[in-house]
Order: sequence, then structure tokens, then C-alpha cells
Amino acid sequence: MKIAVTSTGKTLDSQIDPRFGRAAFFIIIDTETMDYSVIENESVVAGSGAGVSSAKTVIDAGAKAVLTGNFGPNAHRTLQAATIQLYSQLSGKVSDAVELFKNGKLNTSDEPNVNSHFGMDS
Amino acid sequence: MSQSYVIAIASGKGGTGKTTIAVNLAAYCARSNSKVQYLDCDVEEPNGHIFLKPKINIKKDVTVQIPQVDSEKCIGCGKCGKICRFSAIVHIKDNKVLTFEQLCHSCGGCIRVCPTDAIRPKKLKIGDIEIGQSDNLDFVQGKLNIGNIRTPSLIKEVKTQIKKDYLSIIDVPPGTSCSVVEAVKGTDFVILVTEPTPFGLNDLKLAVGLVKKMKLPFAVAINRDGIGNDQVEKYCRTENIDIALKLPDDRAIARAYSTGQLILDQHEKSFSNLFKFVKNIRSKRYAKR
Repeated sequence: MKIAVTSTGKTLDSQIDPRFGRAAFFIIIDTETMDYSVIENESVVAGSGAGVSSAKTVIDAGAKAVLTGNFGPNAHRTLQAATIQLYSQLSGKVSDAVELFKNGKLNTSDEPNVNSHFGMDS
Repeated sequence: MSQSYVIAIASGKGGTGKTTIAVNLAAYCARSNSKVQYLDCDVEEPNGHIFLKPKINIKKDVTVQIPQVDSEKCIGCGKCGKICRFSAIVHIKDNKVLTFEQLCHSCGGCIRVCPTDAIRPKKLKIGDIEIGQSDNLDFVQGKLNIGNIRTPSLIKEVKTQIKKDYLSIIDVPPGTSCSVVEAVKGTDFVILVTEPTPFGLNDLKLAVGLVKKMKLPFAVAINRDGIGNDQVEKYCRTENIDIALKLPDDRAIARAYSTGQLILDQHEKSFSNLFKFVKNIRSKRYAKR
């Protein structure tokens, strides 16, 4: 299964980016093989709608689940419309979060956990 | 004044006294029997009404157009999402398209590129315009709905109320953002209100940069003159900028402001001078034509 994790860097040892819409990178990981690719997030500098366009990026990358720190309402609505599983309030290393996900230790988040523009201040 | 003349009262820094100067100038002009109109374009928090106490006669809805998608007609090409610079419309998969009305800027791009006519415009109310009268002063204000971000669209609507053959005084929102650009656009003269402090000067410089870029003639009004330092005046001298008004730092003004009163009783002379300044620049402008 392909999953997307928001990351501050380009490797699995990087820290999870607490922001979804304005995350620096999306790491797209195949949980069976642990092969991964890195997408640089162009929405970091978007004037508005970063949550929506970032969601579109991970949808198009084929991810079926997203692991991050925080989702705002627009990102949450877009990802849910694509029936992607959402996991929030994660921190620490990308690889550790992926392990927790693989072992079924994470709970999905049914609601956005921050307001719009949360990532603008971080 | 017989010819139309539109003056914008703006400032880089918030809380420098735009509204104080705009409402008192408007009231002074009205008392001197000029045909004058006050338009509150600070639509996120219009407060000129507190001082002018108008009787509102007309209230109009202001709407913008946003896209509405007919999923029956959608073929899932995704062109709508690709053209939208604001991510206000996004194609998920198949014929599933989401719209985010608060992100939409009503450019109509999605409607035009849709090959199957699946997107139609829908009205979204963003606020109101209120038109009224305060003695013989014409009063107009825009009120943006809470949570809405379409400030420039509402300001544009307020400005459609500018009357011919009137002196129109526009109360501009603070700062140097899109809303300010919309409010000062097309005006004949801008008065930049500042206070003589380092903060005031910093934001004044930003505002001067904006009006210069827009090629608008302008002057500076110094409010709370006597506090801070002389750097604003020095700056104006060096840059050859007229100082149209100096309003002293006076507790009576603060007291009047806090109870919603005009300050013409205490400072009529200042506003009569400002009115003269305005008349003077206007006649110079018409002399040039």
C-alpha cells in the first residue's frame, strides 16, 4: 500500500513536518517494499489554498493514507473526498511513524485538528 | 466644489487616525454646504458610522459568482482544477469535483474551460452596502460578512456609489494590501495619515511606495503631532512630500473619539485648512486639464 508522510527532509530519517498543506516534502512510501519517492511541495509558497493543492498532490501520487502532524479543514475535506485514510498528530522520525502505521498502532482522524492558516505561522 | 473629486484617506499603519480625519473632513465640508459624500471602504470593520450617525435608507446585498458543478455533465477531465490559481476547485477522480467557495476569486476560468458546460455560476453573498444620510452629507458603507475574504470585491461595489459632481471622501482600510490598492485605485488624491513615531514612519514609507507605484498624487497628514520625534517631517522634507495637516496630540480628541463624537468644535481650524488644501490641489488639477 502506498502512503504519504509529510516530511521536513528527503529521507526516512527526516522529521515529520507538522504541517500538511505547507509541508516541505511528501514522502510517498510503499509499505510492503519500503521503496519511497520524494515530492517537493510547491504549495509551500502558495498564496492560498495550500491544503487543497497539497491534497491534490498526494491524491495524484496514488497514496491511500496520509500521515502528518496537522490537517486543516480544506485539506481534510479534499482527502476524505478521495477516501484516503488520515492520521494526524504525529511527530518524530518518518520511519517510526511508518512502522506504527504498519503495525496498526495508529487511529484515523475523522476531523481536521487545526484551523485554516495553521501552517502559515509555523 | 462643482466638479467630481475623489480623495482617499489611507495609511500604512493602522490606528493612525484615518477615520478621525475622514469623518471630520466630510462633516466639515457638509457644514460648509459642499456636495460631499463619505464612503467607508474599511469594509472589514467600518466605523465611520459611529461618528457620522447616518440614517440608512438603502441596504443592498453584495454577491460574487462562484462555480457550481453538475456531476451528471462532468467527464472528469480536471481542466477546472488546473486553471484555478487559488485551489478553489479541485478534481478528485472520475466525476468528483470539490469547490471551496471561500477560496474562489470569481475569475470564471473554470466555467470557461469546462468542455461539457458542467460548471455554472452561482451567487454567493459576501456582504452589504448601506446608503444613507447624515445631515446633508451622503453616507455609504460596505460591510463584509464575517469569515469572508473577498474584501476587494466589496470595496469595488462601494466605489460604484461614487457620485458625479461631489467631493467623495474614501475611508481606506489600513496597510498596503490588495484591499488598499482597490480602495485608492482611480482616486484623484490620497492623504496618507501617519503618526510621528518610528512605527508611523516605517509604515508611511510602505504606503508612499504603494501610491508612487500607482502614480497617484498624495500628501501626508500627521496625527498626534508632538509625540515621537521629527523623523516623519524630515522624511517628507527630503522626499518633497506636502504635509496637508498636523493634528496635535490632544486628550480632547481621544475623549471625543471614545464617545463617538466629532472634533470639529475643538479643531475646526485644522479641518478648514485641510479643506482649503484639498480645494487648492483640486483647482490645480483642473487648471492642468
